[in-house]
Amino acid sequence: MKELRLMKGNEAISEAAIRAGCDGYFGYPITPQSEIMEYLMLEKPEERTGMIVLQAESELASINMVYGGAACGKRVMTSSSSPGISLMQEGISYMAGAELPSLVVNVVRGGPGLGTIQPSQSDYFQATKGGGHGDYHIITLAPSSVQEMADFVGLAFDLAFKYRNPAMILSDGAIGQMMEKVEFDEHRPRFTNEEIRKNTPWATTGKTPDRERNIITSLDLDPARQELHNIKLQAKYRKIEQNEVRFEKIVCDDAEYVFVAYGTSARICQKAIQLAREKGIKVGLFRPITLYPFPKNEINELSKKVKGMLSVEMSAGQMIEDVLLAAERNIKIEHFGKMGGIIPSPAEVVEALEQKIIGG
Amino acid sequence: MTEEIIIAGFGGQGVLSMGKILAYSGIMQDQEVSWMPSYGPEMRGGTANVTVILSDDKVSSPILTEFDSAVVLNQQSMDKFESAVKSGGYLLYDPNGISQPSERKDINIYKVEGAKIASAMGNAKIFNMVVLGAYLKMKPLVKLDNVIKGLKKSLPGRYHNLIPLNEKAIIKGMDNLIEVQKL
Repeated sequence: MKELRLMKGNEAISEAAIRAGCDGYFGYPITPQSEIMEYLMLEKPEERTGMIVLQAESELASINMVYGGAACGKRVMTSSSSPGISLMQEGISYMAGAELPSLVVNVVRGGPGLGTIQPSQSDYFQATKGGGHGDYHIITLAPSSVQEMADFVGLAFDLAFKYRNPAMILSDGAIGQMMEKVEFDEHRPRFTNEEIRKNTPWATTGKTPDRERNIITSLDLDPARQELHNIKLQAKYRKIEQNEVRFEKIVCDDAEYVFVAYGTSARICQKAIQLAREKGIKVGLFRPITLYPFPKNEINELSKKVKGMLSVEMSAGQMIEDVLLAAERNIKIEHFGKMGGIIPSPAEVVEALEQKIIGG
Repeated sequence: MTEEIIIAGFGGQGVLSMGKILAYSGIMQDQEVSWMPSYGPEMRGGTANVTVILSDDKVSSPILTEFDSAVVLNQQSMDKFESAVKSGGYLLYDPNGISQPSERKDINIYKVEGAKIASAMGNAKIFNMVVLGAYLKMKPLVKLDNVIKGLKKSLPGRYHNLIPLNEKAIIKGMDNLIEVQKL
């Protein structure tokens, strides 16, 4: 039986984490995502499932607690908003290097710096290109509804463990703060220590006589071995790119133009589609759900069928670089967006389509 | 049916919880809903507003710049949202604290003495339920029994003894809606 609730996106993440068999949450408060830890503290998951919730002393401590939990094969997570996620980049890079599965939730606010507490999508580059140092990627899921905030928690954990790689839910202040209907799955029990030993034989669960010591590290001073490790990581990323692309197409069948947008912008674009179609403009929406791996092939296919694409983002234009790389270049492709915590209105999006793509 | 609503006033007037109860009532009536609050600096000691959408279809954008109906509970909100009501739309306000009501000729305008009624009932906190009652009389989007069900869902169990008072306040609001301008 599914259970129906009215909840904030942030709260949905927390409830979904408890139900996804998460073993531990470690975080530090920051607007606009503080409800994630608040909900967990109120809900006392240690009584429901045994899940640990801890407010760490800083973002650095949080991400390194995640590193430690993940090294033991546990399903662990943290959450923060943009400035806090920047502080975590070292730990995320180390986890990518040490191939540790984990979930990091970024409820993005406007930047740079401390910026603003209002919603933004200006952390796209950081999330999809590897925000820390070194050649790495993290699997990046972009929810555009409260329901997806809930659904992507279990999915992110599954993908993280499937590939031994950190995964991120890249949301924003609007989806974090708004309430919508959400349906929850049944509880998935947390893995027992026995199951963890079986599922994650690489984890540091205590050495047994039948195997060698497990070592979790991102350090290897031998360049030849470090190169081999990097080659292995790159092969893994190619596999992720082949297998894990997710996207949604809305009224693209008869479309002459498409918006490319994720998260909150994708919701704005759905309203913009209604307004534009009332005016007789045939426009659809292509919504990447995985930002890494980016749906390159699908964008390329679509670009052969339409006259133009407008990448709508709450940023100066970041995803548009991936759209341009993926699409056929003989069509018109432009960016429209707002910065600093401003959300574009559906009417502004239609106007941008008319001026930059149709009239441009 | 899709109704896009803005509710705006001072922080502490119960603007966000009124929106939440409206959203819950929509769910009880099998509607799709969204509730998008202002959470920025303006709510820290200033104005608070929330966009509520009730719809038979999936809600597209939860963030809007024009609305089918508006509930404004202070002058700043009147100044900000009066022009955001779609032509032919509905505006409800409480004259207490609003010195300059709307002069628009292309919208339906109603008022309710929410603050006065609530204090006459002996509990200023039920102000927002009086206003909600008036709103539902003006725009009968959800049935009263679904609103009561929504209240039950929205309020923590320890406050359920207050539901009869809230229901009374809603009915009082319904009975005291005043038509200012009808198209």
